[in-house]
Amino acid sequence: MRILVIVPAYNEEASIEGVINDIRTDYPEADIVVIDDGSRDKTSLIVKRLGIKALILPFNLGIGGAMQAGYRYAKLGDYDIAIQFDGDGQHKASEIEKIVMPVKTGAADVVVGSRFLEQADYKSPFFRRLGISFFSWLLSMILGMKITDTTSGFRAVNRRVIRFFSDLYPDDYPEVEALVLLHKQDFRIMETGVSMQQRKGGKSSITPFRSVYYMIKVFLAVMIDLFKKRT
Amino acid sequence: MDILNLLSIIVSIAILISVIELIRKGVLKERYALLWLFSSVVLIFFSVSRYSLDFFAGLLGIYYPPSLLFLLAFVFLLLINLHFSVVLSALTDKNKRLAQDIGILQLKIDEYNNMNQGEGE
Repeated sequence: MRILVIVPAYNEEASIEGVINDIRTDYPEADIVVIDDGSRDKTSLIVKRLGIKALILPFNLGIGGAMQAGYRYAKLGDYDIAIQFDGDGQHKASEIEKIVMPVKTGAADVVVGSRFLEQADYKSPFFRRLGISFFSWLLSMILGMKITDTTSGFRAVNRRVIRFFSDLYPDDYPEVEALVLLHKQDFRIMETGVSMQQRKGGKSSITPFRSVYYMIKVFLAVMIDLFKKRT
Repeated sequence: MDILNLLSIIVSIAILISVIELIRKGVLKERYALLWLFSSVVLIFFSVSRYSLDFFAGLLGIYYPPSLLFLLAFVFLLLINLHFSVVLSALTDKNKRLAQDIGILQLKIDEYNNMNQGEGE
């Protein structure tokens, strides 16, 4: 079984080496491709020096366009399973097996690693928690199943989903929308509890204003997705 | 013919000439000029034909007929803008695909070069 770990990275020169080494150590059976989303720092240089494939976008597409580039590369390379793994060091390579297992056995088409199923003490700012519980409620309603971590970018998908995402993947803040699109196509979604790294350094880009903007924008996008024609 | 009529005739003819000139120079593509051409022709027609303007204004219950010219111009501008938004969306998508393709091709070239280097050793 051929497995590809897709690591989206935008100006992650500080963390990318650690992320790659973790994946190599804790999940050596997978190939790795780093999507450099038009970084202006040394991200892709570091990646290449480590002997890892760097898919370098000519300019910044945003996380949606970058992820889709990864899925298109996975489709081209005929991979059976693709894993989304953030380049900022938030995800743990030792947890990959947990989200890959249900895809391998065919129990699910998509597995989302949730930091809220097991790790009840995961700390996040108030406005972020507000958004998290709002989207958890909204998506649980739409999908007809309990979803706790809608914005998690730690996911594993099978071949059919790779093909679907290659054709259609949301642009901005894609995590929530992607789940709705998958549900509309009757893909089987599953959540698995994983632990994640708390944010170490760097400043969070989340401000109250941005949180509210994010919520409104994603809410509208989800509503539009629900009314869009099936592709 | 009052001054307002004269003004609207001059302005709409100026728009028509500008659009045609831009197409002739190859600066404006025909497919994006159709709405402009159509709009300016309709505006010229209603500016010249006072009778038609009064008639349609009467039909719509517009007391001051030249207001119809503003209404038409406003609706045409809305349509043209909407058209642009659609075109822009399509272009954004194509632009994204191209950027992804460039990234993928670049990576394929890297892989190919590394492979050949490996064989050479």
